[in-house]
Amino acid sequence: MPKGYFGEYLTLAFFAGMMLLLVAGTLGLNKLVSPKVHRDEKYLTYECGVDPVGGGWSQTQIRYYLFGLLFVVFDVEAVFLFPWAVVFDKLGTAAFVEMVIFIGILALGLAYAWRKKVLEWL
Amino acid sequence: MQQVVFGIVAALIVFAAVRLVTTRNLVHGALYLLAVLAGAAILFLLFLAEFVAWVQVLVYIGAVVVLLLFGLMLTRAPIGNMALDSQTRPLAAVVSLAIFGITSTIVWKTFKGQTVHFSKPNTVDTLGRAIFSQYVLPFEIVSVVLLAALVGAVVLARKEE
Repeated sequence: MPKGYFGEYLTLAFFAGMMLLLVAGTLGLNKLVSPKVHRDEKYLTYECGVDPVGGGWSQTQIRYYLFGLLFVVFDVEAVFLFPWAVVFDKLGTAAFVEMVIFIGILALGLAYAWRKKVLEWL
Repeated sequence: MQQVVFGIVAALIVFAAVRLVTTRNLVHGALYLLAVLAGAAILFLLFLAEFVAWVQVLVYIGAVVVLLLFGLMLTRAPIGNMALDSQTRPLAAVVSLAIFGITSTIVWKTFKGQTVHFSKPNTVDTLGRAIFSQYVLPFEIVSVVLLAALVGAVVLARKEE
């Protein structure tokens, strides 16, 4: 097993490549040896054996978008927590105060969403 | 070795980016965007910016693409229908060319003739020190920007009711 920064990622790349090869190999072999009979019904969306009605596209509620955005906001916050946790013991109180302000401002947004009752699933 | 991998990944990114803007199926476009972002993560890894690479995977591939797909699903556009073409191609071309021009000029003027030596991987430690002692104000401004995005989304979501 190769060592060092690039060596480790080379190992990762090797396993990723093997994974792709495995999937492509099994699917390709299946395609190669399986019998093919074309029937229109085979290409219908399977819905418990009943013929599907309407299209596969429907407009979703904006609620989902809001939760998606909340996820992004707190994902970014979590990302900043990693370097903060690493340098915390060296920088001490200053870093702590900085993070409290950061999370406090974001918590304001969460509190706003809570007060406006958009977090409730009706 | 690094150059070879860089070349392959860069070619893949360009291919995915071209397919992203030419595909007729919006969801396929989102998939190509994912490929572009994953390629960028690999480029970050090549430049020894390990943390940035995994942040790219976490935030962009994990969160931003999800947000984009939800934004897509909010529209009434059926998949694969070109009825959503808003006929603003010339304007879009002007805007994108202007953005390309401005950013490349800035990059050119700032980093022209500079060579960067990658000696050892950028650790989270150096990054943390930089953020929490040198760039404290930009860091706090990030939270204000995120707050603005959150409040904006709440206002939009409320209006519907």
